[in-house]
Amino acid sequence: MTDLIELLRGMKRIRAVEQGIADRYMVQPQQMRCPTHLSIGQELVGALAGLALKPSDYAVSSHRGHAHYIGKGGDIGRMLAEIYGKVTGCSRGRGGSMHLIDESVGFMGTTAIVGNSIPVGVGLGLAAKLDGKEQVSAIFLGDGATEEGSFYESATIAAVRKLPVIFICENNLYSVYSPLNVRQPKNRVIHEMVAAYGGLDTYFVEGDDPEATTDELQKAVDKVRSGAGPAFIEITTYRWREHCGPNWDNHLPYRDEDEFENWKERDPLPELERRLLERGTISAERIASINQDVEHEVEAAFKFANESPFPDESEAYIDEYMA
Amino acid sequence: MKFSDAINDAMKVAMRQDPKVLCYGLGVDDPKRIFGTTEGLIEEFGPDRVFDMPTAENAMTGVAVGAALAGYRSVCVHQRVDFFLLAMDQLVNSAAKWHYMFGGQNSVPITIRLVIGRGWGQGPTHSQALHSWFAHIPGLKVVMPTNAEDAKGLLLESIFDNNPVVFLEHRWLHNMEGEVSEGDFRIPLGKARLAHQGDDVTIVSNSFMTVEALHAAEHVKAQGVGCDVIDLRTVRPLDWDAVFSSVKRTGRLLVLDIGAPMASVSSEIIARVAMEMPGVLKAPPQRLCLPDHSQPTSPALTKNFYPGSGEVVGAISSLIGRDLEKESLQAQQTWAHDVPGTWFNGPF
Ligand SMILES: Cc1ncc(C[n+]2csc(CCOP(=O)(O)OP(=O)(O)O)c2C)c(N)n1
Ligand SMILES: [Mg+2]
Repeated sequence: MTDLIELLRGMKRIRAVEQGIADRYMVQPQQMRCPTHLSIGQELVGALAGLALKPSDYAVSSHRGHAHYIGKGGDIGRMLAEIYGKVTGCSRGRGGSMHLIDESVGFMGTTAIVGNSIPVGVGLGLAAKLDGKEQVSAIFLGDGATEEGSFYESATIAAVRKLPVIFICENNLYSVYSPLNVRQPKNRVIHEMVAAYGGLDTYFVEGDDPEATTDELQKAVDKVRSGAGPAFIEITTYRWREHCGPNWDNHLPYRDEDEFENWKERDPLPELERRLLERGTISAERIASINQDVEHEVEAAFKFANESPFPDESEAYIDEYMA
Repeated sequence: MKFSDAINDAMKVAMRQDPKVLCYGLGVDDPKRIFGTTEGLIEEFGPDRVFDMPTAENAMTGVAVGAALAGYRSVCVHQRVDFFLLAMDQLVNSAAKWHYMFGGQNSVPITIRLVIGRGWGQGPTHSQALHSWFAHIPGLKVVMPTNAEDAKGLLLESIFDNNPVVFLEHRWLHNMEGEVSEGDFRIPLGKARLAHQGDDVTIVSNSFMTVEALHAAEHVKAQGVGCDVIDLRTVRPLDWDAVFSSVKRTGRLLVLDIGAPMASVSSEIIARVAMEMPGVLKAPPQRLCLPDHSQPTSPALTKNFYPGSGEVVGAISSLIGRDLEKESLQAQQTWAHDVPGTWFNGPF
């Protein structure tokens, strides 16, 4: 059973970090100088990365990878330091927001070319299967990434080789400013399309229901772990901020305020909190103390990032090859 | 007119003139309109000729090839060169080969517009130029304009060329202003532009480096050193006559490039000059490229990663064997090193 209080804490941690970035990004002089894709609104799946998966499981993600990194157990201070371009960053400042890694918790990397990390995750699944240690490889991807050939090719390889891979697709309805209906046929349902590929167990869940999402994802991961072969799960969600950057963009003519308000009402974070309070699973005091812990943790992480030194310039010219 | 507006102007001129010109790619009709370059196109030419695409770069490029075989001229747009790498199969194995491979019967008139990123932590996978890769492929033409006038004239020429053209726009050029001729005017592919004249050193340059080269050339002119600045405009075909005739006059060659040095356009230029002009060079040829490394993200690592006008002056100094003052030139940049100007505040 997933610990729902831990899930709540996990979602709060992610939101606090992302909110912290959004609040600071445009402050002059700007110090987070790299393209940054926030996960505000999409915390649930990220938070589940650490609960449905084990630290020994692998995970890879995309340009929008903060939540998955944090959820899987990645060090928040090192992620922020990476965004600030510091030498203490998880990629020593060479990768920025789009290239996060924490191998100590099985988080093997985020990459920023759409579809790029998908086959890499399948390769980790291949290794996991050969190693025979009941590890699972999780691949976080967006709805847009399912349009890339590399997704189809990866799903096929995973299915043919019966690899312990789970494709976790967050359908947030958009790729940058392009809605689904200009990118995919009207009657396509992503998880049904993948079901038709054959060889993958497919799942679908509305991401506004934190418990249903938890159960469905856990079920899928457990089955993959049992050796049944790969799975694909589609989870609906919504990105609150602009595609890249810290701002709101509901004024731009590609979506509207109403749509956003509707999704905001369905925000699974307060929903989970409400449910847990109602049931008496958690007290208001406990929530307050979680909030405070999270606030302190995130503040300390920003402090760490801010106070960390920049890499020496010579670091730009090393590490092209492994010795 | 801004460089980005000149691109936009060329698109409109081409699409008005020929109903078979199409424009598609991720975001061509979105609110940002590819940094303004596709502004107004869907409104004027409609959604049959101007349309968004799934994230499917390879297929999209093959689609352009197929449409070309049936008479359509596609202008495909990608917001970064790096995103287009998924389409190398269709570009190299289809577009570049078709005419030759099928005995010269048909051809593939497509234009691939690619934006080269730089700065604001674009990092290892959002800032590769890769024109040298493209230039390596027989059957492709590779265009990289520096100013607004050339952007328009070369884009029009590219669209109506009967071959596949890779058209590379440096992100830092989009906001630069320049005079632009009206109407349908074209600049032939394979003709360089002499952007600055002088008799002591030949500087061969392309794309954004030409901006740096011109600052440097003006700066050393005041110190009595004359430079030819040859802005290549296209790197395949390459205007060898322009390079050779200038080097014959100056006897000194400096090649500037916005990519890594290994197996590059800069290598080729130096090789050809060395092979075909024996005894002409008064000093070993020089080049300034990017370091032979992936591009880092942190502003601390990019600070001196990209050679600028100061480094160009340094290279001129060593070619002529005389110290030239460059500090006052370097001091002129008042904005942060990782943005093209104060107008830019991220994030992409
Ligand atoms: C191959 C490639 N094409 C285009 C882009 C530009 N791009 C960056 S993120 C993105 C959106 C992808 O949408 P989705 O997979 O749904 O992820 P989301 O941003 O919604 O989380 C695009 C098109 C890219 N980085 N790589
Ligand atoms: Mg999406």
